[in-house]
Amino acid sequence: MKEQVIKLIAEYKGVEPDAIDTSASWADLGFDSLDVTELMVRLEDELGKEVELTPEIVNIDALLAALGE
Amino acid sequence: MGFRILGTGSALPAKILKNDDLKQFIDTSDEWIRTRTGIEERRVLTGEESLLSLAEEAVNKALSDGKIKPREIDAVICTTMQGDCSVPSLSCLLAGKIGAREDVVTLDVNQACCGFVYGLSAAEGYFSSGLAKRALVVSAEAVSRLTDWTDRSTCILFGDAAAAVVLEKSAENKVYFDFCVKPDDEVLSIERPNDNFPYAEYSGGHFIKMDGQEVYKFAGAAIYDRIKGVLGKSGYKAEDVKAFLLHQANIRIINSSLYKLKLTDEKFPHNIERYGNTSSASIPLLLDEELKGGRLNRGDRTVMCAFGAGLMSAACLFEL
Repeated sequence: MKEQVIKLIAEYKGVEPDAIDTSASWADLGFDSLDVTELMVRLEDELGKEVELTPEIVNIDALLAALGE
Repeated sequence: MGFRILGTGSALPAKILKNDDLKQFIDTSDEWIRTRTGIEERRVLTGEESLLSLAEEAVNKALSDGKIKPREIDAVICTTMQGDCSVPSLSCLLAGKIGAREDVVTLDVNQACCGFVYGLSAAEGYFSSGLAKRALVVSAEAVSRLTDWTDRSTCILFGDAAAAVVLEKSAENKVYFDFCVKPDDEVLSIERPNDNFPYAEYSGGHFIKMDGQEVYKFAGAAIYDRIKGVLGKSGYKAEDVKAFLLHQANIRIINSSLYKLKLTDEKFPHNIERYGNTSSASIPLLLDEELKGGRLNRGDRTVMCAFGAGLMSAACLFEL
């Protein structure tokens, strides 16, 4: 699932998956709050399950942890 | 039963409020607003203008466009969150202003941003019942009066406008509707204040309260579901549709819908850059601009889709 999530985020940003730093904050990745919301919506469609955006999900690593990765 | 559009018209307040002008009230910037909403400027009613006069101007343009006299109108349906008065209704006062017959049917519809589509469905009901052969659907919104100008997360979003369509009953031109309500008064609402009623405490309210991220999530799913719904009911495919006129709430909601529906942006015209979110007026305002600009023509199969407070969503499909 980790590769799937990173691929989706990379596609959204228009960069290669290797360029994604999973420990960087959303802001450092160039994501504003609506970007993160849009990302959660796309992840829900992609993964087929609800992804709840909580304040603890401050970066991709935290997102993956919340997804059980 | 269905209808066809005979004419369209729109009217805007004279006062233009650019993003940078908002710095007088709140801590914001043009860049911040543009990147998060797509909005560059909006129009707001000032003390010299009324919503009624704006609606009247839009109607007169629509009547002129359709070559219809006011006395040929059988129903006046206004969609608004709040007219100049709570009572009389905007539709009642407007019927008098434009010189409609005394036996005209008037109706105000408050379905927030979905109002125009619900207004069209009300018109179709009057056509089906035999009460009307021609109807006006007029969406007039003074959202600036409902906006908290100290709240930078909401006051940047909205604008005022009025737009009208003249409809004529048509047995041949079928109209398909799809509606959904998910009742919720937390995500997006305007509470009624209590001012001086002696048996209840004073309460605030009056201004728009909105959870932007929840609205964003709701909107994307609602647009997808309503468009799929109305296509399913009609039997048409997305490629059979010339244009999808979405409620103009945020350019990023529109872009998200494009992605979700796997459609290209030329089918999704937008004017949110110039007017912001004008609630129920946004779709007929866009329709008027697209028709007058020659980008849409009579007979073009069009989907209109709105979403907003309720939480409600509504769509219709018909040939213009």
